[in-house]
Amino acid sequence: MKIAVCIKRVPDMESRFRISGDGKVVDETGLKFDMSDFDGYAVEVALQITEKLGQGEVVVVSLGPDAVQEALRKALSMGAARAIHLKADQVPRDGFAVARALAAELESGGFDLIMFGKHAMDTMSGVVGPMTAELLGLPNVSAVSKLDVEQGKGTARRELEGAAEIVEFPLPAVVSIDEGIARPRYPSLKGIMAAKKKPLESKPAQLDPTRLEVTKTELPPDRQGGRIIGEGAAAVPELVRLLQTEAKVL
Amino acid sequence: MANVLVFAETRGGDLRKVALEAVTAARTLADRDGGEVHALMLGAPGIASKAEQLGRHGADVVLVVEHPGLGNHSAEVAAATAAARAKEGGYAAVVFSASAQGKDLAPRVAAKLGVPMAADVLSFEKTGSGVSAQHPGYASKVVQTLTLTATPAIVSVRPGAYAPAANPKAGRIESLAPAMDPASARVVVKEMVQGRSGRPDLGEAPVVVSGGRGLRAAENFKLVEELAEAFGNAAVGCTRAVADDGWRPQSDQIGQTGRTVSPQLYVAVGISGAIQHLAGMRTAKTIVAINRDKEAPIFKVADYGIVGDALEVVPALTAAVRDAKKGH
Ligand SMILES: Cc1cc2nc3c(=O)[nH]c(=O)nc-3n(C[C@H](O)[C@H](O)[C@H](O)COP(=O)(O)OP(=O)(O)OC[C@H]3O[C@@H](n4cnc5c(N)ncnc54)[C@H](O)[C@@H]3O)c2cc1C
Ligand SMILES: Nc1ncnc2c1ncn2[C@@H]1O[C@H](COP(=O)(O)O)[C@@H](O)[C@H]1O
Repeated sequence: MKIAVCIKRVPDMESRFRISGDGKVVDETGLKFDMSDFDGYAVEVALQITEKLGQGEVVVVSLGPDAVQEALRKALSMGAARAIHLKADQVPRDGFAVARALAAELESGGFDLIMFGKHAMDTMSGVVGPMTAELLGLPNVSAVSKLDVEQGKGTARRELEGAAEIVEFPLPAVVSIDEGIARPRYPSLKGIMAAKKKPLESKPAQLDPTRLEVTKTELPPDRQGGRIIGEGAAAVPELVRLLQTEAKVL
Repeated sequence: MANVLVFAETRGGDLRKVALEAVTAARTLADRDGGEVHALMLGAPGIASKAEQLGRHGADVVLVVEHPGLGNHSAEVAAATAAARAKEGGYAAVVFSASAQGKDLAPRVAAKLGVPMAADVLSFEKTGSGVSAQHPGYASKVVQTLTLTATPAIVSVRPGAYAPAANPKAGRIESLAPAMDPASARVVVKEMVQGRSGRPDLGEAPVVVSGGRGLRAAENFKLVEELAEAFGNAAVGCTRAVADDGWRPQSDQIGQTGRTVSPQLYVAVGISGAIQHLAGMRTAKTIVAINRDKEAPIFKVADYGIVGDALEVVPALTAAVRDAKKGH
């Protein structure tokens, strides 16, 4: 079982974000970075699959500047076998351009399963996985909250609104991983040491001109929170009054 | 002619509310330069009877695909059919809902057409250089304007962002064949697992009552359920701490790694207000917090706070909401 997991390096979401001088994008200088949350779940699921089957290889792929090698090393220290770095000065906001570059790399890899996170924490888009599937002509299953694979076949649970569906699909296939399926393991000291010797191949990403740009970034208006109206059950009548007359939601 | 194609979502033989929202959203774009809205719907035979509703909300033409193999939504058939139609029709834009179905479908259609897309947008409009859309990013801590310069411009619209508006149009029905045989779809739905019935979905409910570890025990979640019941139109959510402890299903989790909700009213019970939880609910219109600790960060974002024991305050609030509803 050969599994590829696509991982993105994103800023720590606990950061206090600043907007760039031209008002267009988030100024990411000086922030802490890590592998995007859902991508960590995908790495964990991939490792669990190969462990359960007792065979297979997990390959992690990331597109971006040299700094993404940090995220790739982390995945290697969790247990992935090797890493591919698709080098680009920055990650384009155009998910289709990213999908094209990933698909070009993954096409000839002979993967049984290609995994993505549900969405990257910065773009919050969830388009790169399904687009890559389409470009590769592979079956796609997104919002996967449970996954079982055996030779040639997969079964997944997909979360819908107020419902879920259980689907079956042939391999090779592309899946995008939702929360709830697995918590990423912490790299062990042994894992960290081993990762240093694992292969990490770096090559230029094939990026087309992009047709989706961020033209403005704003901080949402501050909430005027902080109004404590009272203590205990005694405050309930006042709350109900405010919900009726001021917020008009009751 | 700048016509707009919109994907009208169905499930179990019915249109979903997001379909009417998407048609309403598509209408705003088409009206800019006198274009038409064409709504595409797929389903088992009989689904055509729902087409009229789309006409009432602004569809000039309803393209109906009926097939016995489409009782369950098939993303492959829907993607192939929507892409084929988008190519033929020369549309300026294609609008989807950013629902579970639409989030899965729209990027595939975009890739088939060889264009980028803006996902999960709050609003969008035609601008000089293309279509611009507003979209929350960075764990919902910023709002970004994305500009698409490819044609068609593809967007998926966040559920609840556009209220369905009556806007009667001809709604002329044309039937269309699916672009592939549903029997040849590779991903096959084996089973539909229904959630709790009679409750609106978290993403769509106007009121969300959410509980955290402050409820002390799984059993006490019935207090949250009862408060939701009293509102009548409320869904129940929870924090990751509670989902991790198995008190509630993972699918109810709200936050950075869970669902994102923007209800009219969000009631946070026994929730500390960690940044990862706020990421999923800070865009709610009104936030109420009930917490024992007056220093809890949730109070910083709450419009109204009550400091107190949830086990005491929630039943009192439930009774008061019931009374208020009766008074209407
Ligand atoms: C990568 C990552 C992703 C995460 N994603 C999410 C996510 O998507 N969603 C999410 O929710 N969390 C998420 N978390 C976890 C988050 O950081 C918090 O740990 C979690 O939200 C805390 O849940 P809580 O408020 O229920 O519990 P606690 O933080 O334990 O808070 C309980 C609150 O209840 C109050 N309380 C106690 N007793 C009572 C009482 N009797 N009456 C009233 N109040 C009482 C306490 O004062 C306290 O404020 C994530 C964390 C990480 C690291
Ligand atoms: N630059 C990148 N390198 C590798 N994988 C990526 C990159 N960008 C996005 N992905 C993958 O695509 C998923 C969805 O991203 P997005 O469509 O931007 O929300 C992420 O969770 C990753 O798995």
